Amino acid sequence: MKTILELQKVEKYYGNKSSLTKAINNISFKVDEGEFVAIMGASGSGKTTLLNVISTIDRVTAGHIYINGEDITELRGEDLNRFRREELGFIFQDFNLLDSLTAYENIALALSIQNVNANEISDRIDRVARELNIKDTLQKFPYQLSGGQKQRIASARAIVTNPKLVLADEPTGALDSKSSRMLLEQFGSLNEKFHTTILMVTHDAFAASYASRVIFIKDGKIFNELHRGNDDRKKFFNSIIDVITLLGGDLNDAL
Amino acid sequence: MFAKLALKNIKRSIKDYAIYFFTLVLGVAIFYVFNALDSQTVMMDVTERVRDILELISVLLGVVSVFVSFILGALIIYASRFLIKRRSKEFGLYLVLGMGKRKISLILLLETFFIGLLSLGVGLLLGVIASQFMSVLVANMFEANMTNFQFVFSLSACFKTLTYFGIIYLFVMVFNTINISRQKLINLLSSSKRNEVVKMKNHWLCTIVFLISCIMLGIAYYLVTAGLNKFMEDASGVQKLLIPIVMGVAATFTLFWSLSGILLKIFMSFKNTYYNKLNSFILRQFSSKINTTVASMSLICLMLFVTICVLGSALSINSTLHAAIERSLPFDAQVEGYGSSKPNIEEAYWQENVDINNILQDIVTYRRFALESYSVSDSLGNVSATLDENGVVQASRTTEYFVKQSDYNKVAPAFSLPALDLAQDEYAVVANYPEIVKLRNKALAADTPIEVEGQVLRPKLDHCIEGTLELEAMAMNGGVIIVPDSFQIKTTHVYYRETLLGNYVNTERSAELEQQLMSLNNRFFNSETGEEGAIYNPGIEINSPVYYYNVETRQSIIDNNVGTSAMVTFIGLYLGIIFLISSAAVLALKELSESSDNRAKYAILRKIGASNKLLNAALFWQIFIFFLFPLLIAILHSIFGLKFCSYILSSIGGTDITGSLPWVTLILGAIYGGYFVITYLCSRNIIREHRS
Repeated sequence: MKTILELQKVEKYYGNKSSLTKAINNISFKVDEGEFVAIMGASGSGKTTLLNVISTIDRVTAGHIYINGEDITELRGEDLNRFRREELGFIFQDFNLLDSLTAYENIALALSIQNVNANEISDRIDRVARELNIKDTLQKFPYQLSGGQKQRIASARAIVTNPKLVLADEPTGALDSKSSRMLLEQFGSLNEKFHTTILMVTHDAFAASYASRVIFIKDGKIFNELHRGNDDRKKFFNSIIDVITLLGGDLNDAL
Repeated sequence: MFAKLALKNIKRSIKDYAIYFFTLVLGVAIFYVFNALDSQTVMMDVTERVRDILELISVLLGVVSVFVSFILGALIIYASRFLIKRRSKEFGLYLVLGMGKRKISLILLLETFFIGLLSLGVGLLLGVIASQFMSVLVANMFEANMTNFQFVFSLSACFKTLTYFGIIYLFVMVFNTINISRQKLINLLSSSKRNEVVKMKNHWLCTIVFLISCIMLGIAYYLVTAGLNKFMEDASGVQKLLIPIVMGVAATFTLFWSLSGILLKIFMSFKNTYYNKLNSFILRQFSSKINTTVASMSLICLMLFVTICVLGSALSINSTLHAAIERSLPFDAQVEGYGSSKPNIEEAYWQENVDINNILQDIVTYRRFALESYSVSDSLGNVSATLDENGVVQASRTTEYFVKQSDYNKVAPAFSLPALDLAQDEYAVVANYPEIVKLRNKALAADTPIEVEGQVLRPKLDHCIEGTLELEAMAMNGGVIIVPDSFQIKTTHVYYRETLLGNYVNTERSAELEQQLMSLNNRFFNSETGEEGAIYNPGIEINSPVYYYNVETRQSIIDNNVGTSAMVTFIGLYLGIIFLISSAAVLALKELSESSDNRAKYAILRKIGASNKLLNAALFWQIFIFFLFPLLIAILHSIFGLKFCSYILSSIGGTDITGSLPWVTLILGAIYGGYFVITYLCSRNIIREHRS
């Protein structure tokens, strides 16, 4: 299996000598192609910072990050933009859709930035829309859609460019339980059918249970890792809860 | 303490205040420059008459300034409202912290006061510098010598500027206070969370309205250009002028309304362009913006249209008049005497102890005569039937003047007119007033004979000789009929007009010589009663014992013309520039009011991978199209509007508007373009990524 993501001794510090905050304190791990990995941690554990450095939004203080063999810590400026554009896909907690464009146009934007022509855009969006079950919402504006639908549009935008890695930051954070379940199931099916590599950051054990692997972060360090193996989701969920209980229940704000 | 807070606020929101400040400074500077005109001219070496003209111009500009201050006041209040909206979260915060509304008003008051002070200072400085250049321009216009170039500062203009703007700022302060006290706290705090709802209009309705607008515009354009002659022939011309104007205004509004609905649809049909880079985003932004600003866009478009026409007309008047006048005033002075028996001008001057030969040389005299009961309608013959009621009355009331061939040939060469050799039964007409020339040409082409004093004469030519036999400011010759010397005047009911033309014996002493000439100006003498006095233009009275004289000089015609053209130019420039500033400022403010929305949107675009270059380009196009759209439609209107202005100006003295177009473009580019650039730079700053 090809390694899509590799972190080597990554560190991220804020502040100066007198008041140093170690947001990420020597983290290393690998993600293979086709894996669905969840990173779990409480607020302040450093998981958002971790996502930020992996997604090139922020820079590491020390260490290396390789995505598809390329060392992104060495990239600068325009190369960084290009990399972000072509190799990564993002899904944010607050959807981040442009409300003046229709759903179709929002998804198309990710492709038009890469100079894909109009016909091909239409084909690709068609395929993705069928997969995520959003075909009937394509001509609507975001304000006309529910949270779940919006997040699916955002997901479509993330995967339509065929990225090597899809990064999701609390994708179910703004959704009700039913929409959450639908979205996570779609993530699961994307991962199974198309081997899309997904890295999801969450504090929600229920969301994490849909992954094939969960990495637990506390105070900037990895302190545990769980593999789903052949367990069904419910069993995996219980294992995750066990780990949280070990921590004294301070991982979750809500289940 | 509040003063400190006020000052800190201004320093912090320099970017927000940039456009506001720029507008204020420009407004103050322009206001000062045009009000300081009279003191700029103090050092010019001009005649007293010109000085009177300049004083008149100053007074007029003063009146216009009142109007201008209203426009600027409205603009400044609009800008203040926008600024308050921008900072609503900040004010909400103050209120939540417990600072009362009154204290906030005090802070705002102080801010307005400081900004007002600063803008007055910088604006006046700029204005003083600009007015030095203005004085060079004015001297050029009046072809006057600058006796010695002094740095001039007009205290009265300064005082006036401070007063007017002081009043404006007072109003702004009051208005701000009222505005803040009416705000609800929750609205202030959550103002940034408004969701954008996209208004969609029915496409078919929009298309229909668009077509109707085009038709309306087409008709209005036609009425003021190609259809103008037919249009103007109708009597109530001025009233009917309202029709194309009203149509044009209404059509502009409906055009913007309908375009905002269908423009996007049009763009979207070009799939490959629409889905290229960030075009879909740019076009959607633009479309939603014009959707919500139909009224202001139309208003700005119309203001720009007025600006272009006013500037185009005002700036073109100057050049043509100069050239035309040189050509049409071949003599320095002209004295005319009117009376029932042949007036003798030289005699009349002797009575005043003035020897005309000591004043003028190259003297040419000729005599015209008018007959009772012979009017223009008699000369027009059948053509009179084509006139409307008003025209018929006018034609029958205007007495026709005749001149004998030898007299005509005496004076024709000086006025660049051909000599005539008429047969015993022929006549010709010399005229240059455009409308009359048209009518007379029709009559002459139809070979209309004239029957006068029992003699019938046929036209020698099938058209008028275009020209005049006297000094005139513009083409005003309604027609003089040239008859052969053999023509006999049998009646005693005759009125004579003697014209004496000449050049000053000594050009250096022309002012003094003119003074002497003027002793006969507007004087009348009653040969029966011996009464004499001053009167202005008593009109032709056949059989009246009154003699009347008037004097016209080349210099006074030139001065008056230059004065008129200068006045029109200045007022045109003043109004045009103020309108331009207002339009551009409103656009800039509208664009900047969305900057916080912009920041969020551009952040999203950055997150999905758009490069900074792409983002800056998108912002540029977004703002560029927004500024360009009303300007384009205004230019379209102006193409026809300027043609119409040409027509109107041609009746005053013939102008070539195309000559002024480079200047108009320059002014437009400088001010409108300046605002665009500032808006783009400010917006770009706002969307810039802040890296920690």
